[in-house]
This record gives sequence, C-alpha cells and structure tokens, in this order.
Amino acid sequence: MIVIENLAQHYANGLEIKFKNWELAAGEQCLLLGNSGSGKTTLMHILSGILAPTQGKVSIKEVDIYALSAKELDKFRGQNIGLVFQRPHLIKSLTIAENLFLAQSLAQLPKDAKRVEEVLNALAIADKGNNYPSQLSEGQLQRVSIARAVLNKPTLLIADEPTASLDDENAQSVLNLLQQQSKIYGATLLVATHDKRVKEAFTNTYLLA
Amino acid sequence: MTALYISFKSIKAKKLSAALSVLLVGFGTTIFTVLMLASTQIENKLSSNAKNIDLVVGAKGSPLQLILSSVYHIDFPTGNIPLKAANELANNPFVKRATPLALGDNYQGIRIVGTDSNFVAMYELKLQKGKFAGQKMEATLGAEVAKGKGLKIGDTFFGAHGLSDSKDPHKDHPYQVVGILAPQGNVCDQLILTSLASVWSSHGDEPHSHSETEEQDITSLLIQYRSPMSVAMFPQMVNQMTNLQSASPAVESTRLFALVGVGVETLQYFALLMMGIAALSVFVNLYNSLKEKKYDLAIMRTLGASKSKLFLIVWFEGVILTFVGAIIGIATGHLALQIIGHYQESEQAKLTGLVFEFGELYLLLASMAIGFLASLIPAWQAYKSNISNILAKN
Repeated sequence: MIVIENLAQHYANGLEIKFKNWELAAGEQCLLLGNSGSGKTTLMHILSGILAPTQGKVSIKEVDIYALSAKELDKFRGQNIGLVFQRPHLIKSLTIAENLFLAQSLAQLPKDAKRVEEVLNALAIADKGNNYPSQLSEGQLQRVSIARAVLNKPTLLIADEPTASLDDENAQSVLNLLQQQSKIYGATLLVATHDKRVKEAFTNTYLLA
Repeated sequence: MTALYISFKSIKAKKLSAALSVLLVGFGTTIFTVLMLASTQIENKLSSNAKNIDLVVGAKGSPLQLILSSVYHIDFPTGNIPLKAANELANNPFVKRATPLALGDNYQGIRIVGTDSNFVAMYELKLQKGKFAGQKMEATLGAEVAKGKGLKIGDTFFGAHGLSDSKDPHKDHPYQVVGILAPQGNVCDQLILTSLASVWSSHGDEPHSHSETEEQDITSLLIQYRSPMSVAMFPQMVNQMTNLQSASPAVESTRLFALVGVGVETLQYFALLMMGIAALSVFVNLYNSLKEKKYDLAIMRTLGASKSKLFLIVWFEGVILTFVGAIIGIATGHLALQIIGHYQESEQAKLTGLVFEFGELYLLLASMAIGFLASLIPAWQAYKSNISNILAKN
C-alpha cells in the first residue's frame, strides 16, 4: 500500500505545489494525469524516492521512506521501486544480461541468473542476453527496461511516458507488458502520460490540478 | 557486480580515449624509469670503478680527463710522466699503494693497460682461468673481452697504437693470452692487462744498459692513501712540489655529475610535464564521459546505487587507466634501456634493462597518486549529482 499525506514541494522560484492525499492499494493500476507544470514529474520523483519533499510524508509498505537514512533509502529504492522512463536508458557498456545483474547487485540482492532468464523470457527477449544495447531496436530496449524495473519484484512500478517514443505496435506491447507484469507480482502500477493510446487502458486516475 | 567491474566495462566501451590516457601516462613513466635506471646504473658503475682509488697522478692537463682516462678508461690520457718521478711519489709515506698505468695501445678497440701486481690487489681481481700476466708480452683478459673477442688461453694477438682503431698494429710484438679474469662488474671486464715492460717494448723504448728508469714513461699513477690525513696534504704536495697534477676521482665525478645533472634535470622536468599532461588527459577523459554518462549514473542511483558507489565507479576508471599506464611505462622503460644498452658503443658504461630498482615502486605509487587526484573531481561530481534534476531534463 502506498500513502501520501500533506505532501507539498517548494521550488526555488517561490512556487509551491500541494498534492492531495492519496492511497493506493497493492496491485492497483492507476494513471497520473496533469498538464505540464502541474507537478507530475515532481510527484513521480518524490514517489520514486529520489526527491525529498519539503513537506509531508510518503509511505510505501508502511515505511516512511524519507525518514530513512540516505543509504537505507537507496537500498529500499532498489528493492521496492521499479522505474520505466520514456527512453530505455540502459548502461551502454554492459550487455543486456549484465544490465539486469546490475539491477540485482545495486539493490544488494544476490545474483540470480534464473530470475534474469525468467524475466527475459517473459518479455520475449531471452535471446538478447549477451547483446549490447546498441544492437537492439528501441522497442526491444524498452522491453529490457521493463524487465529491469520488474526484476526485483517491486512493490511500486512507476512508468513516466513509457510509450511516447514508440510506434503503435510497440506502445501497445509495452503497455500490455507493464499491466501484465504488475499483475503477476502484485505491484502497484502508476503511469504518467499524455499518450491517448494509453489512457483507455486505465480506469483509475489521479488528476493534478 | 562490483564498482571495479563496471568501471572496467566502461573503459572497454571507449577504447580510443582510454588508450590515449594510458599512452600519456605510460610515456611519462617511461621517461622517469629510463632516467632513474640509467643514472643509478651509471653512478654505481662509476663508484665501483673508483672504489679503492683515492687520487690519480698524471701529466698536467684537465683533471677530469685524467680521471676519465685512468679510472674509467673513457677519454684520452693527458700525456706521459717520467717513471722516476712516479716512483718517488710511490715511496712517499702518505701513500699506501701506488699502481702505475701505461696506456696508449688497443686491440680492436679494447684498451691494453700496462701495469703491475698492485693493480690486481687494488681492484681485488680474481682469475677465471690461467694466471696474471707477469712476463713481457703476456696478457690477461677481462671477462667480457675474452667472451666478446673469442680469445682463449694460448691465443696471440697484435696490439695497435692508439686507443680505438687498429690502423697501426705493432706487428712484431704479438701478445699471448695467459689468463682470463672472472667477471668483476666494473671496467676491468673491458680491459686487457699486461706488464709495463710489454707496453714499453711495443713502443720500442726498451730499457737501455745505462740507467734503468731514467727514460721510462708511464701514463699515470693510481694512489691509495695510508690514512685519511693524506687527503689534506698529499694532493697539494703533488701539485706544488712536482710538475705533475693530481686529481681526485670523487671530486671529478661530482663535477661531471654537476655538468650532466643539468641535462638529467631538464629531462626530469620534461617527464614531469608529461605526467601533468597525462593527469589532465585522464581528468578530461573522465569529465567528458561524465557528461554522457550522467544519465547512466542517475539510473544506477534509481536502481539502488549509493552516492559513494557512483564515486567509486568513476574514480576506479581513472585509477585503472593510470595503473595500466604506469605498468606499461615501467615495462617500456626497461625495454628501452635494454635496447639502448644493446646498441651502446662505450662498453665501459653499458646500461641494462634487466635490473629493477626499489625506486620504481615509488614511481608506480607516484603515478597512481596522480591518477587518484585527477579522477577525484569527476568522481566527486558523480557523487553529488542531483538525480532528480538529471532525470527531469529528459
């Protein structure tokens, strides 16, 4: 369960954004909507544990994440939060399999080759394990980045415009994969997007004023 | 997956700029290695050659020349001195041992040294085979000479006038090899020893019936003092009371090093400059790739990497580059010196790349310290990067 309470962020230019309180059940799938400047990215970063809010509390699995020490938060983030971005952003100097092992290692989890194989299989990119990112298409890379996000069976899966740079076919498959993977692991899925192709697939929305 | 592995893979992904950094570090280290090895080897060689010699007495001229010709067997002798005057000095109470030298002949570039048993005692020479030359026209060869010229006991050869060419051989006075010295690790390995009489007879000034020593000349006298007190008294006495000159190997070597030292120092500054450029290249390399990589690093943070982990990943990259560069540099330095030694004309100061100096460890540490420092700023940048800002600018 994810809970935000009294959350507000002050910006350097004096602007302040207040976020309404929100509770998300485990396994819930939700769309995050809002115009640019409405604080969408800010909220996502706060929920991802990479931007401390000036005020308020974020609890994930009953852990007040900004009460953790920096190192504990890093570890918590690695083990409980999966992120998918508009672009795949894999480490170019590492192979696909190494990119996934990296996600295990940085989250301080033991190396689990079976789990990596399982995820690659589920996302139909099992044969690409030993390739470097430059050898894959954009659609394939985005699938790898989903594989990386769900690898550690996160509590919260956050996707920021995951389909914006993909064609219809790939966009549909990425969306399906996100929904399907979050269902399998009972992860709460939160998708921020402007993409009309995505909006229809969700019933729950959180609208930023 | 360790930070070291990630750094290593990152270097592998941009081979060209990594190679440039390694090359620059390696070049700087090579110069330092060559300078260090060459100067210690030359210094060791010079001091071992002059080990028991406190003073050299010879004809007036340049004292440095006198030392170079009589102790190191490099330069031409200053001229001759009368044996009679030399004998008087040899019997002086300040003198423990005086070794006469008669130079002026060579065999295929190897110097033939006319001397007596004092030479053997002074250099503490040991034989490998045969005996020391005693009779006229007998010769004892240095270890390297026997090997290099393929001479063995019983062989004969002709000396030639001068110190380096064989244009003017003394055809009617063949030398016979009677002994070969064990390797001494100093200039004696490169000499042919014979008696004073052999040198005189080659030059046709055989002692005549009237006075034995009156007309004999030698080149110089190597003197060992009886007591440290002699240092103050004896050289002055020689310079004032006789028309000979005295020169101290210690003083002249120091003077020589002061002259050559300027060149070595210049090269050292050059090498220092190279290391500076190398450090800059490592810095620029990391700093530039940081711009490309900051998104990668931010992603690693979202995957759970701590700030210190990012610091290590960037820092190790610089450390690996300088370490590899330094190792390659030291190896190349040794190789270069071995090659220089192989083509060196002067056999007396031959350099070798097969010897390691303790100082090289410091050189390695110093190069690595430079790498540590050069990568510190990029690593710090990675440490304090604001991931939320980087990700928001997507």
